[in-house]
Amino acid sequence: MRFAHRHLLGIEHLSQSDITAILDLAEKYVDLNRQSAKHSDVLSGLTQINMFFENSTRTQASFEIAGKRLGADVMNMAMQASSIKKGETLIDTAMTLNAMHPDLLVVRHPHSGAVDLLAQKVNCAVLNAGDGRHEHPTQALLDALTIRRAKGRLHRLNIAICGDVAHSRVARSNLILLGKMENRIRLIGPPTLVPSQFVDFGAEIYDDMNEGLKDVDVVMMLRLQKERMDGGFIPSEREYYHRYGLDAAKLALAKPDAIVMHPGPMNRGVEIDGTLADDINRSVIQEQVEMGVAVRMAAMELLARNQRDAA
Amino acid sequence: MSNLIFTNAHLIDPETGTDSIGWLQVSNGRIAARGDGDARAQGATIIDCGGKYLAPGIVDIGVKVCEPGERHKESYKSAGLAAAAGGVTTIVTRPDTSPATDTPESLEFVTRRAQADAPVNVVPMAALTKGREGREMTEIGFLQDAGAVAFTDCDHVIANTKVFSRALTYARSCGALVIAHPQDPGLSGGAAATSGKFAALRGLPAVSPMAERMGLDRDIALLEMTGAAYHADQVTTARALPALERAKANGLDITAGTSIHHLTLNELDVADYRTFFKVKPPLRSEDDRQAVIEAVRTGLIDTISSMHTPQDEESKRLPFEEAASGAVALETLLPAALRLYHAGQLDLPTLFCAMALNPAKRLGLDSGRLSVGAPADLVFFDPDVPFVLDRFSLKSKSQNTPFDGQRMQGKVTATYVAGQEVYRRP
Repeated sequence: MRFAHRHLLGIEHLSQSDITAILDLAEKYVDLNRQSAKHSDVLSGLTQINMFFENSTRTQASFEIAGKRLGADVMNMAMQASSIKKGETLIDTAMTLNAMHPDLLVVRHPHSGAVDLLAQKVNCAVLNAGDGRHEHPTQALLDALTIRRAKGRLHRLNIAICGDVAHSRVARSNLILLGKMENRIRLIGPPTLVPSQFVDFGAEIYDDMNEGLKDVDVVMMLRLQKERMDGGFIPSEREYYHRYGLDAAKLALAKPDAIVMHPGPMNRGVEIDGTLADDINRSVIQEQVEMGVAVRMAAMELLARNQRDAA
Repeated sequence: MSNLIFTNAHLIDPETGTDSIGWLQVSNGRIAARGDGDARAQGATIIDCGGKYLAPGIVDIGVKVCEPGERHKESYKSAGLAAAAGGVTTIVTRPDTSPATDTPESLEFVTRRAQADAPVNVVPMAALTKGREGREMTEIGFLQDAGAVAFTDCDHVIANTKVFSRALTYARSCGALVIAHPQDPGLSGGAAATSGKFAALRGLPAVSPMAERMGLDRDIALLEMTGAAYHADQVTTARALPALERAKANGLDITAGTSIHHLTLNELDVADYRTFFKVKPPLRSEDDRQAVIEAVRTGLIDTISSMHTPQDEESKRLPFEEAASGAVALETLLPAALRLYHAGQLDLPTLFCAMALNPAKRLGLDSGRLSVGAPADLVFFDPDVPFVLDRFSLKSKSQNTPFDGQRMQGKVTATYVAGQEVYRRP
C-alpha cells in the first residue's frame, strides 16, 4: 500500500487508490476502537499539534483521540486565544511551531487556502482539518467510509448533497471524492446556496428537493452555515425548513434503504427533523462520528509512515 | 543640448500605424527629423540600432508610488528607476497614497518629490473626492492649477450617484478628466476571485463579471447626464464591451483602459492561492481575456496600463482572502505586452498606440509620438531577447510580480527622456 503524499491538504490531490488505501486502513482502526484496549503505538514518539484558528469541538476531539490512541504526544492550541490576537502572522506562527519539531500538524483556518500556505512553510506533515470554504478532506473520507460500510460499495450510488453547498468545505470535499469514486451526485438547495458553477463539477443541481431526492441511495444534509453568511441568502429559517429541511415525508421519496447523513453540528428543525436524525434505522450520523476517529488514525499513520521512510 | 541620431531602426509610429526602417534625429530634447534609409547628418552622436526597434516611450496611467505614506514599498526614486528600465517615460501617478493626494498642498509634495528623484516624467492625478471617501469633491480647479492631469478615487467606487454626478458636472466645467473604476460595489463586496468553476473549486468569495458591466452602465448613464470626460481605468470582461461600444457610438466623451495583467493572465494562474496573482478586479476567464485583447486590437479599449501596485512581502504572505491586491509591473509591462505581439495577436504599432499615443492624447500630453516636434521620449528595445524573470532583479522596492520565474521575450535596451538617456541595459 503506497500513499505518496507529504500532506493531506485536500481530496483534490488524491487518486482512487489513495482513497481506498486510507479507507482500508481505517477499517482496521474501527475494529481497534471497538475493543476495550484501544491503544496502538504506530505514532509513539511523534508529536502532533492541533492548531485550530476557528472554533471546533468535534473535529478537534476526534483528531486528539485519534492521535492519543496511536501513541502520539498530542497538544491542542486554541489559536484564537493566542498569538494571533497579538498580531503575529500565520507564517510566523507556523515557523515558531516548526522550530519545536512537530511531526504532524492538524490545522483548521477560516480562510480558504490558508492551510496550503502553512504547509509550504513547515517541515512536518500537515493535515487540513478544514480551510474556509475550500476543503475538509477527513470529513469526506469519514463520510466515504460510512457510505461504504452501509451500502457495501462506494461507486455507482446516487448521492444527494443538500443545503448550504456554497459555504461548505464539506460539500466540496465530498463532491470531489464521490465524483472520483464514480458516483452520481445531486446538489439540492436554493440557488442562492447552490451556485450554478457546480454543474462544472459534474453534479446535477435541483432546487426542488422533492424532485432531487427521488431514488437516491444516500441523503447527505449540510449545516446551514449562519456564521459564514454575510446576510440574505434565505428569507427565513422556517421557510428553509419547509422547502429544504429533511423530514420523513421528503425522505420517503428516496430509496427505501437510503441512509441519512449529517456532518454535524446539526441545527435541528432548520435543515433536519430531530426525530429523523435520531432514527437508528435511517440515520448514520453517530456512525459518521465513529468513523471520523478511525479515518483520522489511518490518515495520520500513512503520513507518519512516509515521514519515517523519508528519514 | 544633446544631438542624437538613431540609425538603422525599426521606427514604430503609432500615429500612422507604421513600422518602417529608418533614422530619427533628436536635438534639444525633441524629435528634430526622421526619414527612411540612411541618415546623412553630421555633428551628432550616432546610435546604431542594429535593426532593432525604436518607439515612443510608454505613458502609463495609474502607477502607484507609495509616497507619501508607505515609502518602504516604493519611492519616487525606485519607481522612476523601474519605469526607466521598463521603457516607461511618463508615469501618471495614482492618488491612493496615505493620506490621499487630495489637496493642492499634498499634490505639490508629490510633484516636488518626483522632480527631485525620478529620472522619468511624472504627472500626478488627484483624488476626485476628499480622502477618496465618496462624499465631498476635492478642489478640482486648484488641483488642476497645481498640475493634476486627471481625477480619480482609484479603486474606490463612489457609491452615491448624487455625489458622483455633481463631481462629474463640476469636473466638466473645469475641462477635467475623471477616471473611475467600473464596478458595482455591492455585488463585488468581499470578492477575491471571479465567479466560476475555479473560484468554486478553491472556495474563494467571488464576484460575477456582471459587476463590471453594471458599474460601467451606471457611469455611462451619469455621463449622458453630465457630459463629463471619462476614462474607465480597467475594462476586463467581455460583457462590459458592448456597453462601452454603444457609449462611444453615442458620442460620449469616454475612453477605457485595461491592465497588462488582465491581457496576459487568467483566473487559473492563481493556481494554489498564489497571492501575487491577486489583483483588483480579480483575474478573469480566458474568454474574457481574449475578448479584451480583441477590443484593444480594434481600438475599443484605448489604453493599456501597468496598474503598478507595490506591496511588501508581509501584505502578500497571507491567506488569499486576507492578502493585499495588486502587482508591480513597470518593468514587466513591455515584455508582457510583447507576449501578445509574439503570439500574433497585436502588432507593435497597435501596442504602442495603447501604451503611448492614446494615454498621452487622453491626458493632453504632447508625447507618445514619433513625429517631428514631439518630445524625444523614446524606448529602444529588442523584442526577441529571451529571459527568465527573477523578481529580485526588479528595481522596484517591492517585488510582487506574478511573472516571477516565467519565460519572457523582449527587453529594453535603452530609454530616453527628452533626449537624455535614463536607462541602458548593462
